[in-house]
Amino acid sequence: MSRPIVAGAPPRSLRSRLFGLHNIGLIAAFVAIVGAGSILSPYFLTASNVLTILTTASVIGVISVGMTFIILAGGIDLSVGAIVALAGVCATTSASQSLGWFAMVAICIAVAALVGLLNGVLIAYGRMVPFIATLAMLVAARGLAQHISGGVPQTVEDAVFNNIGSALVLGVPFPVWVFAAVVVVGWIGLNRTTFGRRTIAIGGNAEASRLAGINVARQTLVLYIISGLCAGIASVLLTARLTSGSNDVGNLYELDAIAAVIIGGTRLSGGRGTLAGSIVGVLIFTLISNIFVLENLPSDIQSIAKGVIIVAAVLLQGRGVSSK
Amino acid sequence: MTSAPPLLQVRALSKGFPGVRALADVSMTVERGEVHCLLGQNGAGKSTLIKILAGAQAPDGGELLWCGEPLTFRHPTAALARGIATIYQELDLIGGLSVEDNVFLGHEPQTFGFSKRAAMRSATRALLERLGCADIAAGAIVETLSPAQQQLVSVARALSYHARLLIMDEPTAVLDRGEVNTLFRIIRELAADGVAIVYISHRLDEIRDIGDVVTVLKDGRTIGERLPAKTTPTAQLVQLMTGRNVEYPFPVRPPASPPDARPPALRVAHLSRQGAFEDVSFEVRAGEIVGLAGLVGSGRSELLETIYGAARATAGRVLVAGAALRAGSTEAAVARGIGLAPEERKRQGLLLDDSVFHNVSLPSLGRFARGGFIDARRELAAAAGVLTSLDVRPADPQRIVRELSGGNQQKVVVARWLLRECALLMLDEPTRGVDVGARADLYALVRALAADGIGILLVSSEIPEVLGLADRVLVLREGRVIAESPAAGLDEARVLDMIMAGHA
Repeated sequence: MSRPIVAGAPPRSLRSRLFGLHNIGLIAAFVAIVGAGSILSPYFLTASNVLTILTTASVIGVISVGMTFIILAGGIDLSVGAIVALAGVCATTSASQSLGWFAMVAICIAVAALVGLLNGVLIAYGRMVPFIATLAMLVAARGLAQHISGGVPQTVEDAVFNNIGSALVLGVPFPVWVFAAVVVVGWIGLNRTTFGRRTIAIGGNAEASRLAGINVARQTLVLYIISGLCAGIASVLLTARLTSGSNDVGNLYELDAIAAVIIGGTRLSGGRGTLAGSIVGVLIFTLISNIFVLENLPSDIQSIAKGVIIVAAVLLQGRGVSSK
Repeated sequence: MTSAPPLLQVRALSKGFPGVRALADVSMTVERGEVHCLLGQNGAGKSTLIKILAGAQAPDGGELLWCGEPLTFRHPTAALARGIATIYQELDLIGGLSVEDNVFLGHEPQTFGFSKRAAMRSATRALLERLGCADIAAGAIVETLSPAQQQLVSVARALSYHARLLIMDEPTAVLDRGEVNTLFRIIRELAADGVAIVYISHRLDEIRDIGDVVTVLKDGRTIGERLPAKTTPTAQLVQLMTGRNVEYPFPVRPPASPPDARPPALRVAHLSRQGAFEDVSFEVRAGEIVGLAGLVGSGRSELLETIYGAARATAGRVLVAGAALRAGSTEAAVARGIGLAPEERKRQGLLLDDSVFHNVSLPSLGRFARGGFIDARRELAAAAGVLTSLDVRPADPQRIVRELSGGNQQKVVVARWLLRECALLMLDEPTRGVDVGARADLYALVRALAADGIGILLVSSEIPEVLGLADRVLVLREGRVIAESPAAGLDEARVLDMIMAGHA
């Protein structure tokens, strides 16, 4: 069947661009969990609980935006949780705090971007496997965080900084605004720019991309900086909410983010996936936690539920792809 | 006749793939203890025949007789169980495992699932000793061995199945002279033990040296059967291999244009890359098609890669339109107007799961972007325009590339460089896996591009393709250009003689 080419036709429908056909199972799971939550608790669908959910989701959510780019490009970043801790600790030393809230934010983000740069150099130019390079970074960054903080939480005295984690803007907590902004910027970057297109191209076939004249090494370097930046933003949100910096925070955030991206329909080997899927993935995890908290259920059951969700989502996607 | 039936008889074997008839009518008789050479050009059907003998593919028609008994198998292990072992051109050893593990992979001596390591080791030692290479340790990791030693491990593996028929596909391609002698000694000893060997090589000197009889394939048919390997004249063998039935519809070659004063689109000056090619110099002028003829392993693909910046030269330089090209950067090559349609289209050329127009626009994204933001409508319209002009089917730029035929996938790669408005297009095996009808399209397209002033550098294993399409031909053998001539002054037999025997 040959369809005539209509020049100037929109490249893809909005729906397929946002979710893709194979993500119907994901939407179904999301709706089912929302349904279950509203049946179990009358409080679940109140505005205040929805804002609580979004505020909770913002930290992993921002990290997942960076992780989506990384995984789409065929990489992985295991160091994001450790970056959250290290950046938070660096921003809350007494020296940093003496510089005021703005400097604290800047330090937090700069340290995170720097670690991302280091990851990128090791992977793009040192030819290291991303799994190994970022695993090493995970261990080292957390060690450095402990070394700097002496293993003691550093309380933040600056009220403006702490406000970042809790202030309401137009009735919505500030972290939710930040989360939304990062998602929008990420979505535009991924779907509307040459950078996003090249990211997906590298994940789809790195060799073919190189032979099409794309500077794969430089692109990879920038991608890991972006992942670091996202972890840095997440660290600001988390540190402000906790009103302290500690080397203990952010444990296993990398796994939460990777799980969210994967159940969101992004292929672990790269080249295929959507940012919207990742965000739904993050929300699904947060919803589950929220329901368990509201219902006073033990957290071990919650972990089991998350594991089941990951398996179910990936099985459903596999079926969707193969039947296509 | 009272004598035993031959070890293997192949009768009227046929096999088709979508769009291609790989084998039409192949017959062959192999006797015990002989070295039976299989000769034929690329596409003659040798690989398909081997795959059927090894049980990796099922024939469509014809029959196989093993010691007079009909033979059917659907799986490689079944062929191995009968004593037919194949050593493929690309060695299929597992680099991280030891020699003994590789030799007995899949048929480890075992009791209740526990492998008997001592038995494996001593059996491996015995095999290596039989091959006269006891210097290879049974416990050595395979990837630490030289290519020649790995070849011998493959032979040991074949023998571990008590092979009575050993198929070797260009076993000397990676070996040096001394190693070839060792391999030949082993082949002779195996033959003396009664093992039959089907030996595939493009080198006539080797066939004369090691072979007993020769069977020649051409276009999927047996064209010469059981010819004496030592005495059949070269002219006769070459003539058998080249007399074609399939005529390719090549576009008319325009008269040679007078030399112009502009610098050539591409000039390669004394380019060398260690272990691949040496001191290669040539030019491609705007609007000219230059063909590179040579065997697999002659350095053709490596030469293109190096010009393109995907690999670094050890010496020499590349000039584009008269100015030196920065080495080792595909980004620089593309920026200077070079395009490459690589040999392995799927692995090196395409984003298979992405849309056709994303594949086409990949190197030209910057043209459709302002401040990094892509104008998707313009991108789609421009890509669609090029795709229409190349008559890519289906004519839907949003189709996933994986769903297209080989010929149309190749057109997508070419479309990419047309959109990029490249000045020099390098085509590496452009018609591999492309059916006969689509080939005619591609040939006409390449000629039309040249007529538009694009310089074309064409690599192909198929000599008629190079001769039919190119204006000028370079013959590459073992990394060196051994001849350069206008295509009109060459014929297939002469080029084949040059690349196989090295006669310039």
